[in-house]
Amino acid sequence: MKNIKYLVVGIFFGIAFVKAEIISWFRIQEMFQLTSFHMYGVIGTAVVTGMISIFIIKRFNIKTFSGEGIVIEDKKFDKGQIIGGLIFGIGWAITGACPGPLFAQIGAGFGVVTITLLSAIAGTWVYGKIATKVPVKDE
Amino acid sequence: MIELIKDPWHWLAGGIIIGLTVPVLLLLGNKKFGISSSLRHICAMCIPANIPFFKYDWKKEIWNLFFVAGILIGGFIAARFLQNPNAIIVAEKTQAVLKGYGVTDFTGLMPLDIFNWKNIFTLKGFFFFVVGGFLVGFGTRYAGGCTSGHSIMGLSNLQWPSLVATISFMVGGFISANFILPVIFKLLL
Repeated sequence: MKNIKYLVVGIFFGIAFVKAEIISWFRIQEMFQLTSFHMYGVIGTAVVTGMISIFIIKRFNIKTFSGEGIVIEDKKFDKGQIIGGLIFGIGWAITGACPGPLFAQIGAGFGVVTITLLSAIAGTWVYGKIATKVPVKDE
Repeated sequence: MIELIKDPWHWLAGGIIIGLTVPVLLLLGNKKFGISSSLRHICAMCIPANIPFFKYDWKKEIWNLFFVAGILIGGFIAARFLQNPNAIIVAEKTQAVLKGYGVTDFTGLMPLDIFNWKNIFTLKGFFFFVVGGFLVGFGTRYAGGCTSGHSIMGLSNLQWPSLVATISFMVGGFISANFILPVIFKLLL
């Protein structure tokens, strides 16, 4: 099954999430109360690592393992990034989780986060339902 | 070696592994790192309800669901077999602020005062799980991505809309943590 490799990548990623304590509600509060550098360190390092990786991939025109050219589409700006971004930020500080950590929190034994995840799915669904009615957003 | 893994990781180690996910997914199959899309795929798969936003070939994106399933399993492995034997170290200032809100449990990654099955039918549970989760799901989709898709993948690829999104996430978080949560805690705890 060709998708199993993504499961494996996810497992390593999930372990890093827990061990670097990114899934911790406390670490998120610290970040937004500016009392610890930890989360800034994690996100900053991740961005720099990703940036260098993409630079190398583009510079040397590196292909995927199956020989396909790597294409990354540009992101298009719209107001959703501001309005939606603010809404997500508010939820982020409440739940102590962005979507990735929700899955890791459940795996790590905080079963009640299943409710949060179901509600996030509901939130996505409601967005989809009214997507044509919210200020400027295409997709 | 196993002791080293069991201790909480330095931010540098965590950041590098998370950052490396970007090239690994690209090299494995031209996949763009992003997690909130998984929520959309779940909607498209289970409850599309004839909504145009969910009418697309989600089967092509199924790798993303394998990826998030992996995150869940990884969370389980880390908590079950690589668990930090000590309590989490929370910054003293934040501890003091949270104690003032009525949070008493500082032992694990999440405060059990809040993240507990006991709370699901209470106002506290409604706010922290249902309202919080809804905002995360609605906001990320409206923004077209979350911390992974915009803040890590987008910024790595020098996309300015992702910078706008990231700044908005942070502003929302600051408002929420410093102005909304204090009021909510006062009302609910």
